[in-house]
Amino acid sequence: MATDYHEAVACKSQLPHIKSALGLTRPDYTTGIADWLTTVDHKKIGMLYAACALFFFLVGGIEALVIRLQLIIPNNHLISAQLYNQLFTMHGTTMIFLGVMPLSAAFFNYIMPLQIGARDVAFPRLNAFSFWVFLAGALVLNLSWFFQLAETFGWFIPVDGKTDIVPAVGWFAYSPLTSVQFSGVGTDFWLLGIQILGVASLAASFNFIVTIINMRAPGLTMMRLPLFTWMTLVTGVLIIFAFPAITIALLELMFDRFFETNFFHVEKGGQPILWQHLFWIFGHPEVYILILPGMGIISEIIPTASRKPLYGYPLIVFSGAVIGFMGFTVWSHHMFTTGLGKVATAAFSLLTMGIAVPTGVKILNWIGTLWGGRIRFSVPMVFSLGFIWMFMLGGMSGIMHSAAPADAQQQDSYFVVAHFHYVLVGGLLLSLLAGIYYWVPKVFGRMMNQKLGYWVAGMVIVGFNVTFFPMHYLGLAGMPRRTHTYWSGFGWELWNPVATVGAFVLGIGILLCFIDVVRTVIKGKPCGSDPWDARTLEWSLPSPVPAYNFAAMPVVQGRDAWWLHKHEAGEEARLTYEPIDPHGIHMPSQSWWPPFGGLGFLVFGISMCMHGAGVVFAGYGVIVGLSIVVFTILCWALEGPGGYYIKPAALHAEAGAMGETQSSSEFKG
Amino acid sequence: METTASLSLPEPAHAHAHTSSGIENKKLIMWLFLASDCMFFGTLITTHLIYRKLYPSGATEEGILNITQTFNIELTSFSTFILLMSSFLMAIAVSAMHKGELKSFRRNVLGVIFFGFIFLGCQVFEFTEFVHGNPELGVPPMTLSNSVFGSTFFVLTGTHGTHVAIGVLWLIGLFFYSFSGRMTRDSALDVEICGLYWHFVDIVWIIIFTVVYLVEYL
Repeated sequence: MATDYHEAVACKSQLPHIKSALGLTRPDYTTGIADWLTTVDHKKIGMLYAACALFFFLVGGIEALVIRLQLIIPNNHLISAQLYNQLFTMHGTTMIFLGVMPLSAAFFNYIMPLQIGARDVAFPRLNAFSFWVFLAGALVLNLSWFFQLAETFGWFIPVDGKTDIVPAVGWFAYSPLTSVQFSGVGTDFWLLGIQILGVASLAASFNFIVTIINMRAPGLTMMRLPLFTWMTLVTGVLIIFAFPAITIALLELMFDRFFETNFFHVEKGGQPILWQHLFWIFGHPEVYILILPGMGIISEIIPTASRKPLYGYPLIVFSGAVIGFMGFTVWSHHMFTTGLGKVATAAFSLLTMGIAVPTGVKILNWIGTLWGGRIRFSVPMVFSLGFIWMFMLGGMSGIMHSAAPADAQQQDSYFVVAHFHYVLVGGLLLSLLAGIYYWVPKVFGRMMNQKLGYWVAGMVIVGFNVTFFPMHYLGLAGMPRRTHTYWSGFGWELWNPVATVGAFVLGIGILLCFIDVVRTVIKGKPCGSDPWDARTLEWSLPSPVPAYNFAAMPVVQGRDAWWLHKHEAGEEARLTYEPIDPHGIHMPSQSWWPPFGGLGFLVFGISMCMHGAGVVFAGYGVIVGLSIVVFTILCWALEGPGGYYIKPAALHAEAGAMGETQSSSEFKG
Repeated sequence: METTASLSLPEPAHAHAHTSSGIENKKLIMWLFLASDCMFFGTLITTHLIYRKLYPSGATEEGILNITQTFNIELTSFSTFILLMSSFLMAIAVSAMHKGELKSFRRNVLGVIFFGFIFLGCQVFEFTEFVHGNPELGVPPMTLSNSVFGSTFFVLTGTHGTHVAIGVLWLIGLFFYSFSGRMTRDSALDVEICGLYWHFVDIVWIIIFTVVYLVEYL
C-alpha cells in the first residue's frame, strides 16, 4: 500500500490529516495521552514497558515483604494461610512475567534498534500490539485482587463457593491442585493471564528476531553485533520455541476446567506428571529467557567501564547460543524426586552439570575483560561486578542441585529458594539495575544521582545477601518452602528474622533507585550524549534520541563501531553515513488498533474468569472480547502500514542538502 | 518552499525495502511463526501419543471406546485428499498473483476456500458422529469428557480445524480484497505468506492423519 505523498514536516503536529485505506484518519498528528496510546515508536513503547515493569516490581516487592513479615517469628498469624499462598503465587508470577520480562522487553525495545542502526523495529504496529496485550494480561492477573476484595465484602460470590479468587496454586501451578475440585476462580485468573501474556511475548519475539536479522545497518555483520543485541536474538528464539509448550499446557488446563476434559483428571486417566513435564519444558528455557538479557547488559557495561574490548567476543556469543540450546535439554532436573527412572535422572543430571560450562565460559570472559583494563567504578559497573559475584554463587548452588541425590534432600526446602533468588535477584535484578543506571542518561538525556547510586548498590547487595544467604542454612536445616508458618524449636528462629530485616534493606534500596529514576526524568542533571565513553551505536545519537533515531544511516566499520570512531587512528576507523534521502525520513503511521486489540484480550480474559465464577451472561463477554480481537486484526490489515515523512532537525535547517561529512560531524556529540 | 515543492517525490522507501538477509520481513516473520506453531502441534501430538501408549483402549476401562469402529476412515481419507488438493490450488493461486493474473488468482482462491469448507464440513460431521456414537451398531459415543482419548483427540484435531478455519477466513479476506483495486503484483508477497500458512496447516494434517487415524489400523 503506497504512502500518500506530502512534503516532509519538521514536527509531526504539522502533518496533514491523511485518511487511511479504511477511510479513517491516522492519529499521526496527536499529542498527549492519545499519542502514547497510539504510538508505534519503539522508544515510547520501551518506556511504556519500563513504567509498567517498575510498577509491578513494586507490587511484587510489597507481596514479598508481607511474606517476610509473616515469617519473622514462629507461629505468626499476621495473615491467613490462604492469603500467604496467594502472596507467594502472585509474587513469583508478578516478578517473572510482569517485572523482569517487561523490563527486559523495555531494553530490547529501546536499545536494540539503536544498536543495530535501525529506524524502528520491523513491525511497529505489532510491537505496540505486544505491549497492549502484555498490559491486558497483567491486568487480568492483578484485577483478581479487586475481586478478592469484593468477595471479602460479600459483593462477589463465585458459584463454586471457593474463596481463592487471587491465584493460590504457586507460580508453577502443579496439577491436580489446579483442577476445579481443589481450586477456585484464582486458577482461571492465573491461566488466562499467563495465556494472554504469552501472546504478547510471542508477538514481540517474532518482531525482534526479524528486526535483528533483517534491519542491521550496512556493514553490521552478525559477528559485529553488540552482545546485548545478540542476547536479544537468543532470548527471542528461546521464547518462540518455549512458549508453545506452556500455551498448550494452559489450553489443556483450560479445557479441563471449563469443558471437563481429562488431561489432568486422575480418576479418568489423566496424568498430573504431564503438566510438570509441559510446564518445565517451558519453565527451564524461561529461566534463560530471564537471565540472558541480563548477561547481555553486563557484556555491554563491563567493556565500557574497563575501556577494553570484550574478551573472547565469539566465545561469549557462542556460549549464549549454547546456553539457549541446552536450556531445552535440562527441564527434568526440576522433577528429580518424581521418579523418572535411573537413566533419565542420570542423563538430566549430566546435562545440567554440562550447562554450567558455557555459563562458566561467560564469567571467565567477563573477568578476562576486566584484566588489564583501566576500570572506572561507575554505578553501572558496581552493579555489574555484583552481578558476576552473586550470579556465580547462585550457579554454585545450582550445580549442587544437579546431583540428583543431593537434590532429593534440597527439594522444596529454603535451599532452593536461596538458589533461585541468588540467580534471579543477585544475578538478574542487579544486571537490570545496572542497565537502568547505564541507559537512563541515553533515554532522557539526564544523569541519575551517582552518589545515591552507590548507596543503592550497597543496600541492594548487602540487603540481598542478608536476606537470602541464611536461607541456605534454613533449607539445609529442613525448613520447607511455601508453608505459611513454622513452630519454634527447629532451629529456624534466628535466621528468619535476619532474612526479614535484610528483605527490608533490599526493598528500600530498590525503592530509592526507582524514586531516583522518577526524579531524574523530571529534573535530573543534563548530561552529554555519551557520558560513559561507550562503545556501541546508540551512544552516537543525541540524548534523548530523536523520533527517527538516525538522521543518516551509519555504515558500520567494525565491532564496537562508536569506540573505533572515537579512539582509533586511521581514516578507515571513522563511522561514515549514507547520503540522506532529500525527501525526508519515512516514518510508520500511528494506529488505534493495537490498544483496541489489547482491550479485546482484556475483555476476553476477565469474561472467561467471570464465566468460571458462574456470573450470568459472562459467556457473551467472551464472544465480545474475541470479536474485538478479530475485528481489530481485520481493520489493522485494511488500514495498511501508512507512513509519513519527517525532516530531521539538522536537515530541515539546511533545506535538504546535507552531505555525508556534515552529518557525521553533527553526531560527534 | 518553492525549491522543495519542485523536487520530484521519490517512490515510497518501504515498498521494496532492502533487508540485511535478503528475505522480506513479512516472509521471515511467517516462517518464525510456523516454527513456533510446530511446537504448538508438537506438544499436542505428544500429549495424544503419550496417553495413547498408556491406555491401549483409549480410556481407563475397556469398553468405553472402540476407536476403529468410531472412526470413519473413508470419510477422513476423502477430506485429507481434499485438503491436499487445496494446497495444489493454493500454489497455482500464488503463481497467478506473481504473474499479476487477478482473474486466475480469484478462481483458484475460490477453489481453495471451497475445499477448505469441505474439509471443515467433514470435520464437523465427523465430530457429531463421534459424539453421538451409533447405538444400533453398538458403537459407543466418544466425547471430550468420557475418555482420555476423546480429550486428546478433540483438542488436537479441533486446534487443527481452528487453524484451517482461520486460513479460510484469511483467504476470503484476500478474495474480497482483490476487488478493491489495490491488489497488484506487489501484493503477491501477501498471498505467498497466506500460502505458506495454508501449506503448513496441510502438512500438519498429514502428520495428524498418520499418527492419530492410520496408526489405529495397524
